[in-house]
Amino acid sequence: MRELLTGNEAIARGAWEAGCHVAAAYPGTPSTEILENVSRYKEIYSEWSTNEKVSLEVVSGASMAGARAMCAMKHVGLNVAADPFFTMSYIGVNGGLVIVDADDPGLFSSQNEQDNRWYALHAKLPMLEPSDSQECLDFMKAAFDISERFDTPVLLRVTTRICHSKSVVETGERVERPVREYTRNPAKNAMLPVFAKAKHYIVEKRLLELREFNETSPFISTEEGSGEIGVIASGIGWQHAREALGDRASFLKLGMTWPLPEKAIRDFASKVENLWIVEENDTFIEGAVRGMGIACSGKDALPLVDELSPALIAKAILGTKPASGPDTGITPPNRPPLLCAGCPHRGLLFAMSKKKELVVMGDIGCYGLGSMPPLNVGESTVCMGAGFSAVIGFQKAQEKAGRSQKVFGILGDSTFFHSGITGLVDAVVNKSRGVFVILDNRITAMTGQQENPGTGRTLMGEETAALDIPRLCAACGVKENHIHVVDPYDLKASREAVDAAYAAEETSVIVTTRPCALIKEIQKARDSLHCVVDAEKCVLCSSCLKLGCPAITKQEGRILIDSVACNGCTLCVQVCPKQAISREGALHE
Amino acid sequence: MNNNGKNVLLVGVGGQGTILASKLLSEGLLALGYDVKMSEIHGMAQRGGSVSTHVRYGAKVYSPVMGTGEADVLVAFEKMEALRWLSYLSSDGVLIVNNHEIYPMPVILGQAVYPQVLEKKLAEAAPRMLLVEAAKAAAELGNPKVMNVVLLGAVVKSLGLADAEWSTTLRACVPPHALEINERAFRKGLNLG
Repeated sequence: MRELLTGNEAIARGAWEAGCHVAAAYPGTPSTEILENVSRYKEIYSEWSTNEKVSLEVVSGASMAGARAMCAMKHVGLNVAADPFFTMSYIGVNGGLVIVDADDPGLFSSQNEQDNRWYALHAKLPMLEPSDSQECLDFMKAAFDISERFDTPVLLRVTTRICHSKSVVETGERVERPVREYTRNPAKNAMLPVFAKAKHYIVEKRLLELREFNETSPFISTEEGSGEIGVIASGIGWQHAREALGDRASFLKLGMTWPLPEKAIRDFASKVENLWIVEENDTFIEGAVRGMGIACSGKDALPLVDELSPALIAKAILGTKPASGPDTGITPPNRPPLLCAGCPHRGLLFAMSKKKELVVMGDIGCYGLGSMPPLNVGESTVCMGAGFSAVIGFQKAQEKAGRSQKVFGILGDSTFFHSGITGLVDAVVNKSRGVFVILDNRITAMTGQQENPGTGRTLMGEETAALDIPRLCAACGVKENHIHVVDPYDLKASREAVDAAYAAEETSVIVTTRPCALIKEIQKARDSLHCVVDAEKCVLCSSCLKLGCPAITKQEGRILIDSVACNGCTLCVQVCPKQAISREGALHE
Repeated sequence: MNNNGKNVLLVGVGGQGTILASKLLSEGLLALGYDVKMSEIHGMAQRGGSVSTHVRYGAKVYSPVMGTGEADVLVAFEKMEALRWLSYLSSDGVLIVNNHEIYPMPVILGQAVYPQVLEKKLAEAAPRMLLVEAAKAAAELGNPKVMNVVLLGAVVKSLGLADAEWSTTLRACVPPHALEINERAFRKGLNLG
């Protein structure tokens, strides 16, 4: 059937057609929709894992047992999962094992722009790079075959523009495969030093075999155009280059970019006058080609930072000036993303913003938006979990320096389960005086509403245990009197919790209890609730505007509240010094 | 593009439904027999940030994105976003602007001013500008959210594709309970385009 699919949808479809049995992931843009789509295929067991390392370990176990298995993660997720990733390269597979990595050139939704192709080189395993949705499906199926044929996990590497672009795909049907036999084999699966050393020799030999396979693999294609310009490219870089250069260049398109097919590259290079390597971010292919002693151009003219585009490539290779459009000469104000109207994070962040002497370590999630004006709460974002662990070191350094401001850390429920618990344990055991805030909105919000261990439901839609965060904190050793559970729509209670935690001499925790305003049931229940301004009483003091709520604006000398966007959280009612705002409508249960 | 295809850039504010409108457009183009690519951006920008979706179609499409000066149709779901993305419009391209303002946080906080008499300045820079009252039309239909499908109607009209079988596409992509209002929104858009 001919369908228009995103790369993520096609990867999921490919896994299904390949007979995959087990799939796991932790959500992360741009990879999230892969598992969301896999979960629609009932033949595959699929799960949201607690974090990326867990997801890779889950599918490693499935592969050892003989099932075809896959996991998917964003680029920084592979950092979390790097430990099993490297050793699974030694162990290899029983059932085919595919690890999907989604990089984010251009940093649309990430904290760095790392190029994960190096992971294939570093862990010595094969890497496939599809250039559109059809190849996402085809390469996914091929990846399982390569995995089983060469006894290796396979890295399928995509980027944001592949994940989130739709293109035409011819889909097929699922080929059922029985789960393979499992036989106990410690020499293969137990990487004690004695077995691991023997395995390393095998891994090196496997790489040579994979290189030979790639030389004549179906993943290589050439297109003859001008002999003057030759381009080696893969993934989205090839699409951009093909668009920009057409028949003004010859192309060597690589689908399997590790190990590189040296003979094919030499052969292509010998036929063109000027060899160009077109790739996003690092000099992964260019460095290898130069290492073969082949002269080429690449990052001397193309940028290392940000995405590529046809225009950038045409400019670098052909010297073409990019087309320009109309210009009014006016620069529009920025439109930064912001916390939604009715977002439950706003209340506690607002209460924290009123305590000027706080230092706040942030984390990855919607609450990161709190670091922007007008709330300005949060001064660091490193990685998932650092919002807690970094507090411990920062607080100790504050004490060493004799600085009195107390350090708070903020993270969400999903991040707490992902890698916040270990930080909290560390804080308690090492007697940190820091304050650890869990903005529990009962969902993994930033990536688009995924289940997590607190939601009571699995990815496959089954009811399950919903972990109780305050009790977990108590089990981590935080004393009951230092665990403050608070409704963030209640500003007074939020301020009292912040004050009490600030004054405490021992590790303190604040847990908020309002669900995300975008959860469908919550939206429905609060649909008719909204706040209104009494223009007679309003003195235009702007106190309500300082909440940074997108539903509240000042237009033509009046404060207006958008009744559609507003969900009646009443923070504006609570900050208004003139009682000029009230709530209307009713809560539907 | 060197075949008979076109580039459509849809821009707006996260949450306005640009992605659904782009999806409907792309599915319709596929049904018409074109090769289609659509590139959207998810994630953080969807929290009220500036968003864009590229739709490219023709006999064969390689890159899913267009560059500056290459959009045959630029449709702005929010007025100021037309300004932000204007450089993408080709010299004889059509600019469709929804006459609808959403203030960004710097404007709400009084740190920046929402550009004034914007329609006039946009029309001067892009002679083929079409100002569409999509927000008003959607409100009249009884659901402000179908503004995106009103705008889709206007885009389809300007691409000269109004006679194609769009109702099949709508039926395939819109839930049954919302079909009727979306069909009315689409027809309204065709008339505004």
